[in-house]
Amino acid sequence: MDRFTWSNGLLEMNETLVIQQRGVKLYDGDDKAKLDVGIAMLSTHQLLWRDMKNHECCIAIPLSQIVYFEEQAAGIGKSAKIVIHLHPTLANKEPGPYQQSKFSYIKLSFKEHGQIEFYRRLTEELNQKRWECTPVSQPIPTATSSQTGRKRAVGIVGIERKLEERRKETDKNISEAFEDLSKLMVKAKEMVELSRSIANKIKDKQGDITEDETIRFKSYLLSMGIANPVTRETHGSGTNYHLQLAKQLGDMLLAPLEERGGMMALTEVYCLVNRARGMELLSPEDLVTACKMFESLKLPLRLCIFDSGVMVVQLQSHSEEEMIASALDNVTEKGSLTAEEFAKLLGLSVLLCKERLFLAEKMGHLCRDDSVEGLRFYPNLFTSHAS
Amino acid sequence: MSFEWPWQYNFPPFFTLQPNVETRQKQLAAWSSLTLSFCRHHKLYTLDVMEAQVSPVFNNKSIDRKLSTDAILVVFEELRKKGNLEWLDKNKTRCLVMWRRPEEWGKLIYQWVSKNGMVNTVFTHYELANGDDTEGEEFHGLEEWMLIRSLQALQTDGRAEIISMDDGKGVKFF
Repeated sequence: MDRFTWSNGLLEMNETLVIQQRGVKLYDGDDKAKLDVGIAMLSTHQLLWRDMKNHECCIAIPLSQIVYFEEQAAGIGKSAKIVIHLHPTLANKEPGPYQQSKFSYIKLSFKEHGQIEFYRRLTEELNQKRWECTPVSQPIPTATSSQTGRKRAVGIVGIERKLEERRKETDKNISEAFEDLSKLMVKAKEMVELSRSIANKIKDKQGDITEDETIRFKSYLLSMGIANPVTRETHGSGTNYHLQLAKQLGDMLLAPLEERGGMMALTEVYCLVNRARGMELLSPEDLVTACKMFESLKLPLRLCIFDSGVMVVQLQSHSEEEMIASALDNVTEKGSLTAEEFAKLLGLSVLLCKERLFLAEKMGHLCRDDSVEGLRFYPNLFTSHAS
Repeated sequence: MSFEWPWQYNFPPFFTLQPNVETRQKQLAAWSSLTLSFCRHHKLYTLDVMEAQVSPVFNNKSIDRKLSTDAILVVFEELRKKGNLEWLDKNKTRCLVMWRRPEEWGKLIYQWVSKNGMVNTVFTHYELANGDDTEGEEFHGLEEWMLIRSLQALQTDGRAEIISMDDGKGVKFF
């Protein structure tokens, strides 16, 4: 009870009354307080209590003082209560009805019910913490306010002031947000450093790490990032940049390409590369330019553009004939296939499977059935059956 | 005797115009022969594009596939190129189907004439197409326009001459 201070019962400018409930008695801990029955009021900033008869008698406690609160169900001859646990008294506290108390909690006893709603609103307020918001009505030193001494929020001036306030608020929010971002960047650099050092350690085979673990760890690192990405900053702009980039791409794409059966859509490559690069994002244009250099650099990859315009990165060893043959085999086995079914069968993307089917069709191994049920591919019986 | 459908008729891709050039050629050839043999079986001499769409030839209900109007036109165009089809109007809604080309008909007629030793005789058109003598021959019941076409073809070869008579037209074979 000693956390309460005397109050005039008036609310601040930016404070609003949330709920009030008649017939509430206060308990100091487990003891009945020496106060009569009154009205409990919950505002966005504080919890107030006012004597029913003597309206001068009003006490308050800031919501920020509340640690947590719980419900206490009603019993025979007992009203339902809300138990509110409080932080210790602040040093510069203003005087209140109690100088000291052995309890660190108070109870609100609801003689005339209403505890459920009160509890709900209290929970809401404590979650929202609206008292923490910077008061919008903080006096701003303008000509009008200095003249009248208080803020006038009417007329065009009022509107202008409101706009100004909002702008300042946005400014603040933005700068705060970017502050976080720059912190993140610093941390990200550290993370990259860390991953590089781990990678080096693994390379030297320090510590008791098994082969299996090494491989797993390496795959984690790969998805975490390229340790030292080729950037315009490090390799300048122009051809040299793209050359270096192509080399790096060639290194990092080999493993995922083999995993995916030797072919990846360029979009997929783009996502993978940029996820690995982390902050040093690559533009689609640079990626395409670099990919076009694969063949001239004698890298074991190549960029392949299908008739439909879909671009894929392929392993050099990946032969089209084989791909077509496998498509034909699959279709023959199943009788007929849609691109979706084929994709499911191979575990590849639908787009790539479609390209394979188109390619096989172009080579005259398949033919299509374009109906309302979708595009379906059949073995080309036109050429194989008759002749 | 019921009409025997080719194997392609129950092959769903048959009803989609194939983009692959080579495949499409095979497909169109199959369509041409199907169309012609169907017309021959039912002795059809004219086709209407709108009617063709619902006819069983281009609409296989058992596999729920039908050839689109555009594709039907492509097939017809293919037939026209081979000389088996002629449009009756500019808008290409009706056409003549010649499951035997005029020259082929002419050849059949001439074979029959020479086989029966009636070279240098004069026939009326009616006698040739509907007369008792030709009953059982393939060209029996040939439509008038088709008959004239075939005789004209023979005439250019110099093996017949169409002559006008009082009551209709006649032809003399050489």
